Amino acid sequence: MAFRPDHELHRRRFGRNVGLGVTLLAFVMIVFGLTVVKVTNGDPMRAFDHTIRPELAEKARK
Amino acid sequence: MTDINASDISGSAPNEAGFGDYVALLKPRVMSLVVFTAFVGLVVAPVPMHPFVAATCILFIALGGGASGALNMWYDADIDRIMKRTANRPVPSGRVTEGEALAVGLALSGFSVVMLGLASNWFAALFLAFTIFFYAVVYTVWLKRSTPQNIVIGGAAGAFPPMIGWACATGGISIESVMMFALIFAWTPPHFWALALFMRSDYDDAGVPMLTVTHGRKATRAHILGYTVALVPVAVGAALTGIGGPLTLAVAVVLNVWFLIGAARIWRRSEETAIADGYAVEKRFFRFSLAYLFLHFSAFLAEAALKSYGLGGW
Repeated sequence: MAFRPDHELHRRRFGRNVGLGVTLLAFVMIVFGLTVVKVTNGDPMRAFDHTIRPELAEKARK
Repeated sequence: MTDINASDISGSAPNEAGFGDYVALLKPRVMSLVVFTAFVGLVVAPVPMHPFVAATCILFIALGGGASGALNMWYDADIDRIMKRTANRPVPSGRVTEGEALAVGLALSGFSVVMLGLASNWFAALFLAFTIFFYAVVYTVWLKRSTPQNIVIGGAAGAFPPMIGWACATGGISIESVMMFALIFAWTPPHFWALALFMRSDYDDAGVPMLTVTHGRKATRAHILGYTVALVPVAVGAALTGIGGPLTLAVAVVLNVWFLIGAARIWRRSEETAIADGYAVEKRFFRFSLAYLFLHFSAFLAEAALKSYGLGGW
């Protein structure tokens, strides 16, 4: 059975769905990016609980 | 891919919205001004921000501005149908229903405020919430249809974005951000009244008490000149604050002399002369007013860039 070409209305609906999908994807990426930036505070992440941090001792001495 | 023909979808709205119609609800052209001025406010602030956080802040401020645009289109659908300039907007043209516009406006308002709070600080978020309230309720609902000063007071809503950008970075308000606000606030009336002069019958037909309707065109021309004169000390004053410098001051002086000359030309013209040349001077003044604001804020940006090289600033 041959399919008829899509009606213009369906193309519009498809465009709307794609737009919504891209928007949601962008939102996920923004939240992820913000989380990474907030957690690392712009610095490379370090395992604070398990490494010796000499700068803390320096600060305490001052 | 579906096997369906036009007769199967006869019950659907003939003007069903595409994604672009929902984007149009957010008034993208107004949003571009919001994005640019908020960006400048954020960049010239003395507290540096992580570029990703800064970009998301601008995005959420823009979304907040868009949300207030959608709320405005929901409330103003009746007069938008009458005015030629706005008749093709998504709601008056029937592509988006009024309920959808309200839902988009409310949802995006809440979303943008909460996300801005999480991305930067809650002061900036509350400031954004207040701005949305000011545009959607104070301007659209209270002022627009009741007073010819609608543009003057309502202009504050468009002037808040650089203050919000500044608040994102610093968490507060200072003289520099207030001067950026004042610059847009004083610029708005001459900008819109020039538009009202050459969009002749639109506001009359819709019954919006624009100054041209309530006080006549001659009074509007005088008001344009008056507000342009008031704009000069604000623009020069902004250039003398911490975000200004010699470059900004030079730009402010040149732009304001040019703007004043344009306003004086509008003031001197009679309505007959304006009709005869198709409002050429008014249209030129309106176009220049857009460049005026863009160049002013670009100068703040350039001054901040120069400062990072040890040049510029006072």
